[in-house]
Amino acid sequence: MPQPFLAQSIDERISTAMTPVSSAIEGVVFYSVPVAGVNLPLIVLWLVAAGAFFTVYLGFINLRGPKHALDLVRGQYSNPDDAGEVTHFQALATAVSGTVGLGNIAGVAVAIAIGGPGATVWMIIAGFLGMSSKMAECTLGVKYRRERPDGTVSGGPMYYLEKGIAEVTGHSEGGKKVGKTLAVLFSVSCIGGAIGAGNMFQANQATAQIIAVTGGADSPIADLRWIVGLLFAVAVGAVIIGGIKSIARVTEKLVPLMAGIYLLAAVVVIGANLPAVPAAFAEIFRQAFALDSAYGGIIGALIVGFQRAAFSNEAGIGSAAIAHSAVRTEHPSTEGHVALLEPFIDTIIICTMTALIIVISGAYLDPVAGELGGVALTSAAFATVLPWFPNVLAVAVVAFAFSTMLTWSYYGMKSTGYLFNDSETAETVFKVIFCIFVVIGASLSLGPVIGISDSMLFLMAIPNVLGMYILARLVKKEILGYRAKVASGEIAKVSH
Amino acid sequence: MAKVLLVGVDGSDAGRRALQFATGRARDLGATLVLVHVIPWSPYSFNTPEENEQRHERRQQELASARTQLLEPAQQDVGEGVEVVLVAKHGDRAELLNQLAREHDADHIIVGRTGEGRMRSRLFGSVPSILTQIADVPVTVVP
Repeated sequence: MPQPFLAQSIDERISTAMTPVSSAIEGVVFYSVPVAGVNLPLIVLWLVAAGAFFTVYLGFINLRGPKHALDLVRGQYSNPDDAGEVTHFQALATAVSGTVGLGNIAGVAVAIAIGGPGATVWMIIAGFLGMSSKMAECTLGVKYRRERPDGTVSGGPMYYLEKGIAEVTGHSEGGKKVGKTLAVLFSVSCIGGAIGAGNMFQANQATAQIIAVTGGADSPIADLRWIVGLLFAVAVGAVIIGGIKSIARVTEKLVPLMAGIYLLAAVVVIGANLPAVPAAFAEIFRQAFALDSAYGGIIGALIVGFQRAAFSNEAGIGSAAIAHSAVRTEHPSTEGHVALLEPFIDTIIICTMTALIIVISGAYLDPVAGELGGVALTSAAFATVLPWFPNVLAVAVVAFAFSTMLTWSYYGMKSTGYLFNDSETAETVFKVIFCIFVVIGASLSLGPVIGISDSMLFLMAIPNVLGMYILARLVKKEILGYRAKVASGEIAKVSH
Repeated sequence: MAKVLLVGVDGSDAGRRALQFATGRARDLGATLVLVHVIPWSPYSFNTPEENEQRHERRQQELASARTQLLEPAQQDVGEGVEVVLVAKHGDRAELLNQLAREHDADHIIVGRTGEGRMRSRLFGSVPSILTQIADVPVTVVP
């Protein structure tokens, strides 16, 4: 029986207020159709189709492209006279720091808890398909960015939707209207995505892990999540409003370090369970293609796997295009190639590692697994071999959450800038709202948070992917044209 | 063939003394002085999206400041009678000094002994010490 409103803690009050909102939004975005006894959200189908389409349309670029992408990142095509400009490595690092977040740790746990071990396979497949859509959107992002007189750059789906669609339709009135409408729709959902997935979900799971390592339900801060949220909000605010760069700098260095430690720990856990590995793999594949299972069979695993992969690697969502457009390069396709690597790193490597340790350690079989949800499940999986690791994970989670929040605040700011013609006031208002939602996100329970986060994030995919389809021919010409020049030697490696 | 001396310019006192030393030698040998300021930069750093966005502008500003605040005053200090080439570039200090020496056919690299603390130098190596290990030509470190 829910307590009377006034008797609830602040945490609970916020939760009670937000739940109907999140349910309403979820209902729209995740409108589902029943397929073989399971509900398939149309939006997931939308993203899968985009990934599949661009994979085929671009000639399986996700398989052929990574080699050149690595050459670019290693600087083999970088002119020494450009020393001091943003390098492809830095573009990749920035984007990966932004996408590697709680989705890789907590989101995957949710996937396994709901979709079973089979979700792992579909996550990997989604990762592969996502490489192509990410390449397409990042190429477009660089191609249609806007260079302002003060030298700064603004780019992203809102710009390629407006300018690109107008261009492709010969600047017809209808074309311009469609482009502008989609651009505005994208910007609004991006602000929502920034606040939901880039902010609330991160704050929520980071707080959850902090509470877990300080004693769980007996933690002194168990009912004071909003205070942890407030601390986060202050830190975020110090950077994005106060301009205190040092915090951001520390985080940016911390993220790759923690990612390395995370992967190392995952390898250790898998190594410690080596005898169980073949059986675990067998189970993963069996469940992935089962016609029926406790988790909804192949469809259930597919839906959950695809959803969590998309949430984690953001392919088709359009956010990466905003980050990559800031990089100065003559050839938009170079950033497209670099972007190929992101879903690979994010989903195929990091998410898969998380999934493997949850399955191999057997943590998901724990009857409390479903209730643990999120980061707690991943934490428990690590703890089966490395009992002290949850503390390290807490540090990692805070670092990942913080860097993702900073990156998404940037995306939200750019969207606000687009909508309000780069008004500084509007951008400041956004930043304040962003910080407020850090507190809200920390206070809610996982359910409504993940509902809102997912909804807003996936909403971005509607105008973005639509635009990508409209601009598909253009993207293909750009990418394949560039690759031809590289193959012929017109664009050659630079000797160092 | 005219000799070329490469001098690292960093605005420090030791750097100034290095320049004096180099200028003296250049006059004696009739050599050209290549004055270099390296702006420390790595292609492998991790940045925020804002830093990436502002990077191009910052780079221009850094190169311009290097010229006006360090290299041109250094050229003034050298005075008349010696041919001077000014270079400002981003990169790793030791490596870039060596690389530029190669590019300009320098016979000799002259740098000031940097003011990095003892502890830091012992742990990470100072620019002069790394340079002496990797350089292709003789290196003079002026205290």
